[in-house]
Amino acid sequence: MAAGTALDAMAITTAEDAAAQEFARVVQKHRPQIFRFLLASTRDVDLAETLTQECFLKAHRNWASFRGESSAMTWLMRIAINLQKDHWRNRRMQFWRTTRTNGVDVDEASEWLSSGESSVEQKLLARERVSQVWTAVKSLSERQRTVFLMRYVEEQDLNEIATATGLSEGTVKAHLSRAVARVRLELGGKR
Amino acid sequence: MEISDKELETALQDFKNSIHAWSDAAYHRPRTLAAEVRHRSWRVALGWALGCFLVAGTVSGGIFERNHRLELARTAAAQRSADLQRQLHDQQAAKQTDEGLLADVDTDVSREVPSALEPLAQMMNDDETK
Repeated sequence: MAAGTALDAMAITTAEDAAAQEFARVVQKHRPQIFRFLLASTRDVDLAETLTQECFLKAHRNWASFRGESSAMTWLMRIAINLQKDHWRNRRMQFWRTTRTNGVDVDEASEWLSSGESSVEQKLLARERVSQVWTAVKSLSERQRTVFLMRYVEEQDLNEIATATGLSEGTVKAHLSRAVARVRLELGGKR
Repeated sequence: MEISDKELETALQDFKNSIHAWSDAAYHRPRTLAAEVRHRSWRVALGWALGCFLVAGTVSGGIFERNHRLELARTAAAQRSADLQRQLHDQQAAKQTDEGLLADVDTDVSREVPSALEPLAQMMNDDETK
């Protein structure tokens, strides 16, 4: 009987260790992606870091209840989206407590370019295009922006976006269509 | 002006690459937590100091204002009391003056007797003298 209890305890410990290792793998794999999504959504490095930490803390607390019906990334993305919503809601409610923001403006965000552009002219053109897309993204509604960033920055499928946002695929398509139209208008209008 | 799908695709690709570059740089940047904490603690201390200063200013201002009003009320009450006393004094003085005047008038009137009664009045005066 005592030997059975000891074996059970060992089995539980082994299962907990395995879960912890699995979670550590998930963190290592998806943390940069979650951070990137939150950075693109908030344009604030400090805030994105804080929300990323909170996201993984929440995920760790609920890791046992994760059943793998969707991918871990989709599940994490859903947590991140909810945290972001909560943050803006709290911020609106408590505007007097959080007057300072570290969010960068569109021009500053457009400074970042990949090293692919060879000539100066190409770099300038790319920067101009990125700035225009940022301007369009800034003018989108929160939901449109989320859907747009998930599709065109994180390159997620419509199905994954729908699962993460809790919207139907049709609604996701509609939001995406409006967002792209807005970007198209911004790019066309500035030429 | 309408843009082509190719241009849109290029712009979206640039946008994606830009965010990836920014995110990579931010993700791997050196952390400056200690300095940040120190800055925040200074900010908190400064906030508290300013808050305390404002509260102290408000409280002392209130006390000063209250004392000032009390002083004014006290001065006004003393002034009112002095005025009342002066008025009373004036009234009493006036009353005394009136009473004396009336007494004189009475005496004068009582002494002014018709000429037919002059001998009688004379006798009364003589009796009073005696």
